[in-house]
Amino acid sequence: MISMTEIFRTAIRALKRNKTRSMLTALGIIIGVASVIAAFAVGAGANKSIDEQIASFGSNFIIVFPDRSAMSTTGTTRYLTHSDALAIEREVSGIEAVAPMIDTSDSVVYGNTNWSTSITGSTASFSIVREWEIESGRDINESDVRQGTKVAVIGKTIVNKMFPGENPIGKSIRIKKVPFTIIGVFASKGQSSMGDDQDDFILVPLTSAQRRLVRYNMPGRIGNIFIKGVSMSALSYIQSETEILLRERHKIKPGEADDFAVRNISQMLEARRKTTTIMSMLLGSIAVISLVVGGIGIMNIMLVSVTERTREIGIRMAVGAKSLDIRFQFLIEAVVLSMVGGTLGIVLGVFAGYALASFTSAPPIFTVTSIMLAFVFSALVGIGFGYYPAWKASLLNPIDALKYE
Amino acid sequence: MAFVELSRITKSFTLGSDEVEILHGINLTVEKGEFVAMMGPSGSGKSTTMNILGCLDKPTSGTYLLNGQNINDLEGDDLAVIRNGTIGFVFQGFNLLQKTNAMENVELPLLYAGMPKKERRERAKEALIQMGLEDRLYHEPTQLSGGQQQRVAIARGIVNRAPIIMADEPTGNLDSKTSDEIMKLFKKINEEDGITILLVTHEPEVAAYAKRIVHFKDGMITSDEMNLAVKIS
Repeated sequence: MISMTEIFRTAIRALKRNKTRSMLTALGIIIGVASVIAAFAVGAGANKSIDEQIASFGSNFIIVFPDRSAMSTTGTTRYLTHSDALAIEREVSGIEAVAPMIDTSDSVVYGNTNWSTSITGSTASFSIVREWEIESGRDINESDVRQGTKVAVIGKTIVNKMFPGENPIGKSIRIKKVPFTIIGVFASKGQSSMGDDQDDFILVPLTSAQRRLVRYNMPGRIGNIFIKGVSMSALSYIQSETEILLRERHKIKPGEADDFAVRNISQMLEARRKTTTIMSMLLGSIAVISLVVGGIGIMNIMLVSVTERTREIGIRMAVGAKSLDIRFQFLIEAVVLSMVGGTLGIVLGVFAGYALASFTSAPPIFTVTSIMLAFVFSALVGIGFGYYPAWKASLLNPIDALKYE
Repeated sequence: MAFVELSRITKSFTLGSDEVEILHGINLTVEKGEFVAMMGPSGSGKSTTMNILGCLDKPTSGTYLLNGQNINDLEGDDLAVIRNGTIGFVFQGFNLLQKTNAMENVELPLLYAGMPKKERRERAKEALIQMGLEDRLYHEPTQLSGGQQQRVAIARGIVNRAPIIMADEPTGNLDSKTSDEIMKLFKKINEEDGITILLVTHEPEVAAYAKRIVHFKDGMITSDEMNLAVKIS
């Protein structure tokens, strides 16, 4: 047996002799590996972004909002009210918390600092439904909501922008010239998967927002209602019960369209996660098939190469090559081809992954494991599909091989 | 014990359903240091005999002893070891690896012998210099004349210090002047290095360099005698 380094050197020399053919053969593997890498990276990226969305909404999450398309046709309530939210909490079972919501945005002033941010009016249920933690100070409570106190709980970004190096608790900020006292700070959630800063907001009691900030004509009017169910399986029930209850409360006659919509966000996300998983499995399997096709290309070329180089094999055998030497020579050629293809494929796959992901807005995720796996797999393809031609070469009889024209 | 000993060697081929025997009991003994030419018309069995002698082919019956070893007992890889270490081949068509320079071609037997690179290079260079190719070390076969290519092939034959060189029509593709040069090289390594030489040819001018001439006809040896008029130069 000759040494492995010599076998590799011989293989590389043989491949260099037929550069175009070697590159074209490797191309099959390059494309195969690149698609495997890209498919799995995009799939992992999409899954992660959905997981993040689920986490940022909070789990078991249903949202009720007024349906503006129905507004003109119905002469009824048209809006959701605080008492709608209270009724849902009271009458629908399987609910952990209900948060009536008012969303607005405005500039906030503290001393000379001015910061434009979004302001949420809600109740103590808000942090339960949206899964926010209080980092310091306290959350708003029931009496804040009942009395409409001018207090605020602020997100981390507000602290960083308006109170650098200062403790914001107890400080007074002005929103629409109304002073609010800061009573607490939320722990950071960071960026959402869509790139929004989730910490850039202020929470005030619902009633204070109604009276001081949005000043709706209709008393008790709110924006949306967020509901947190006790479990994922309770969500469908909560959804239909909420629909029945609100139709009743809004006096919608049978056959008339709802003036509200109930969206089971968690279930929608869960369904999207399933779709994404199926899509990435599908993409991945197509990619694996193309890698196998690349392997068959290698086998094809190696078979041609063995036939073309029969005389070379004869010469090598005549001067003392054993059948294992010949087998290794061709096998290593196939392996070198597929590993070069694998390496270039990884590089191409990373580019392709970013290119593909630009359509999905979720950045691709490349793991060391997936890259290693693709590389090892391409080497295995080389061994798998290179073995038969190499074995065939090693079976040649020296005298026949030498006579081959 | 003789260095090469063939006794009652037969060789048959199957052509369709017929068995055709083309060697009918060859007996041949060659001592170390001999220079034997095997002559005969084409189809006389001289090349088949040479292939058996070179461990490239196996006889149908009979025994072959090489350097005291019974070749009949050996299979594939063991024969490869014999071809590697004991026999140097020179072919009519040179049989050099294409797109591979002279050094690498000559190194080939040493590579399969598992010799380290540095030693391989020294030995290959030495053999090529001995063949007068010191300024052609890194030329590829297409850059060399027929005579030069055959000298590379001889260098490959002697590089592993094989005690016997087997040459099958080594001058078949060469003009007469180049043939003379090549035959002188064979004569030189036979006389100076004591390498045994077995040569297949159908040209009397080539056979004239040998010390002993064996004639083949129809798969049998018809004459085996000393060459009393060895060509001096």
